[in-house]
Amino acid sequence: MTRIGQLFERLKAENRCGMIAYLTAGDPTPDATPGLVAALERGGADLIELGVPFSDPIADGPVIQLAGERALKAGTTLARVLEIAKEIRKTSEVPLLLFTYLNPALKYGFERLAHDAKAAGIDGCLLTDASVEEAGEYVKQMRAAGLDTVFLAAPTSTEARLKLVAEYSSGFVYMVSRTGITGEQQNISDSAIPLVERMRAHTDLPLAMGFGISTPEHVAAFVGKVEAVVVGSAIVRQIERDPAGVEEFMRELARPLGKTGAGAIS
Amino acid sequence: MIATQPDAGGHFGPYGGRYVPEVLMSPLEELQHTYEEARQDPAFHAELDLLLHTYAGRPTPLYHAKRLSEILGGAKLYIKREDLLHTGAHKINNCIGQALLARRMGKKRIIAETGAGQHGVATATVCALFGLDCTVYMGEEDMRRQRLNVFRMRLLGAKVEPVTNGSRTLKDAISEAMRDWVTNVSNTHYLLGSALGAHPYPAMVRDFHRVIGVEARQQILEAEGKLPDAVIACVGGGSNAIGIFHPFIEDDGVRLIGVEAGGRGPALGQHAARFEGGSPGVLQGTRSYLLQDDDGQISLTHSVSAGLDYASVGPEHALLHDLCRAEYGSCNDTDAVAAAVTLSRTEGIIPALESAHAVAAAIRLAPSHPGQTFIVNLSGRGDKDIDIYRENLPELDLR
Ligand SMILES: Cc1ncc(COP(=O)(O)O)c(C=O)c1O
Repeated sequence: MTRIGQLFERLKAENRCGMIAYLTAGDPTPDATPGLVAALERGGADLIELGVPFSDPIADGPVIQLAGERALKAGTTLARVLEIAKEIRKTSEVPLLLFTYLNPALKYGFERLAHDAKAAGIDGCLLTDASVEEAGEYVKQMRAAGLDTVFLAAPTSTEARLKLVAEYSSGFVYMVSRTGITGEQQNISDSAIPLVERMRAHTDLPLAMGFGISTPEHVAAFVGKVEAVVVGSAIVRQIERDPAGVEEFMRELARPLGKTGAGAIS
Repeated sequence: MIATQPDAGGHFGPYGGRYVPEVLMSPLEELQHTYEEARQDPAFHAELDLLLHTYAGRPTPLYHAKRLSEILGGAKLYIKREDLLHTGAHKINNCIGQALLARRMGKKRIIAETGAGQHGVATATVCALFGLDCTVYMGEEDMRRQRLNVFRMRLLGAKVEPVTNGSRTLKDAISEAMRDWVTNVSNTHYLLGSALGAHPYPAMVRDFHRVIGVEARQQILEAEGKLPDAVIACVGGGSNAIGIFHPFIEDDGVRLIGVEAGGRGPALGQHAARFEGGSPGVLQGTRSYLLQDDDGQISLTHSVSAGLDYASVGPEHALLHDLCRAEYGSCNDTDAVAAAVTLSRTEGIIPALESAHAVAAAIRLAPSHPGQTFIVNLSGRGDKDIDIYRENLPELDLR
C-alpha cells in the first residue's frame, strides 16, 4: 500500500476528512517548492498534489495557467519535478501525487516515469487529459512500479463511465465538482453531491472532491460527504500574492476538518 | 490495403483517439452517436446536399490552368476551385454539416476557434443561417493579421473573443475554445474547424470535406479519361487535404502530396512543418505528430499563413505519412507569396496564403513531370490576405 492508501486508512480510523493541497511545482521557482510544501503540511495538508507545468493546459483556468507559465519560465521540467519530490522526501512522509498533462509523461516514457517517480518518493499519478480508454499501458506501468493511478469522475460522466473510472483508479477517485476548468468560485456547484452519491454505487475507494473549493465554508460543506477535499487555485493564488502566508492560509482552510496540524497553534 | 475508417476508439493506427478531460468524454460520445445516426439518415444527407448546392455553391469547378501549365512546361495542372465557395474557402462544407448536427442535438450555442478567420467566418455564417448563438476564439496575433475576417464575423453577428495566451495563434485559440466547451458543454456545440481533436472530429470533419475529392475524381475522369498522377494540398490541421485525398487513397498510382508551412526556415519555432521537425505526442485531444521540445512542451510555430501556423496535424495524415501513402513536404513563406503572385498573373486567381503553399509545390514539381496531370486543391481565395500581400510586396503598393 502506498502512503496514499495509508493516509485514507488513518483518516478513516480518526473519522476525519482529509485536506489535499495542489500547487504547481516550480512556481515561482523549483527551489521554492519544497519550502512551500512544508508550509502546506504544517498548515494541515494531508496529501500534496505536485502539478507539472505544461505549455497548453486545456483544463486549467487563468490562475493555474499563469503559475504554469512562471514555472516553465523558471526552467521546470518533469525531471526537475521528480528532483523536487526527492528533496521533499528528505524531511517529510507526506503522500505525494504527481499531477500532469499527458504529453510530458509520454515524452518521458511511462516505464521510465514509473521507475523514477517511485524512486523519488512519489506515491501516485493523475493524468488530466487521458481518458481511461487511452490509459491501459500507463496504468500497467504505474501499478507495476507500485504507484497509485487516480482518475477523474465528472458530473457529465455516464454510469458506464463512472464504473470504468472506478476500475482504473487506485488510492482514491478524484471527483470534479462541476463541469468546468480549474479556478475559484463563489458557491459550490449543485452537481457535486449527486456525483458523490452516484460514484458510491460503483466503488469503495475513498472519494476526494475538487475544483472550485476555495474557502473554509466550501471545505465545511463537504465534511461527512467525502473522504477528502482538494484545494488548488486558491493556494496557487496565495503563493502568487504572499508565499510567506501559505501556512496560515492552509490552516484557515483546514480548520473545518478538525485537524491539529503539526505546528498548529489552535 | 489502407484502413479508411478509424477503429471504434477513433484510432488511425497509433494516432487519433480521445485525449480529453473526463468532463468531455460523455459529450464526445453523444456527438459520435448523433453523427452515426445522421450518417444513416437519408433526410440528413438530403438537407446537407441541398445546402451545399444551393447555399454554398457546390459542385465547385475543376479548372484546367492552361497558361500556368504552359509557362511551367511540364505537368498539366488542374485547380479544384474551393475558393469559389460561399465565404471563400472549403471550411463551409464542414460548418454546414456540424450545424445540422448541433440542431439534431438541440444545442443552441456554437463555439469555434479560428486561425486565418476562414473557419470563423464560415461558422458565423452557418450560425446566422440557422439562428444559433456564435462565439469564435481567435489569437490576438491572428486578429491583427486577418483583420478583415474579424470584421466579417462581427458583421455576421458573432462574438470574436481575443486570445492572449502563448503565441496568440491557432493553438491558443483551440485551448480557449476547449476551456469554454468544458464549462458550457450542456448547451454548447464545439464546431471544430479542422480534421483534428478528439474522436469523432477527425473522421467526421474529413467526411464533410470528402465531397471535394469525390467531385475532383469524377471531374478529372470526365476531363482526362484517367486519374491524375498527383493530388496536391496544403496541410494546416489537414481538413482540405484529407477531404481531397481520401477518395483517392485506394488509387495506388495517384501520389498524394501534402504541403506544410516551412515558415522562415528549419529551426524549431520558425515553421509549422510537423512531419519534418516533429515527433508523435498528444495535444488538444489527439495523438499525432507535434512540434515539441525534449520535455514534451509544445513549441511555438511560425508561418506567414495563419491557417497553417499550428504545432500539430490531423491524426489520419500521421498514419498516411507513416504508411508512405501520402508524402509531406514544405514550402517557405517567400515561395508561398511568390506562388500567389504567379497564379494571380497567369490565371487571374488570387489564392489564400494557405492555398498558395500548395500552388508553390505544384510550381516546383511540374517542370520535372512532363506528360503528367496534377490536381491542386485551391482551398481558399486571397481577399482576406490582401494586407499581408501588401506588406510582402511593397513594390506594388506605391501610394
Ligand atoms: C483557405 C484555407 N486553406 C487551408 C487552411 C488550413 O486548414 P486545413 O489544413 O484544415 O485545410 C485554412 C485554415 O484556416 C484556410 O483558411
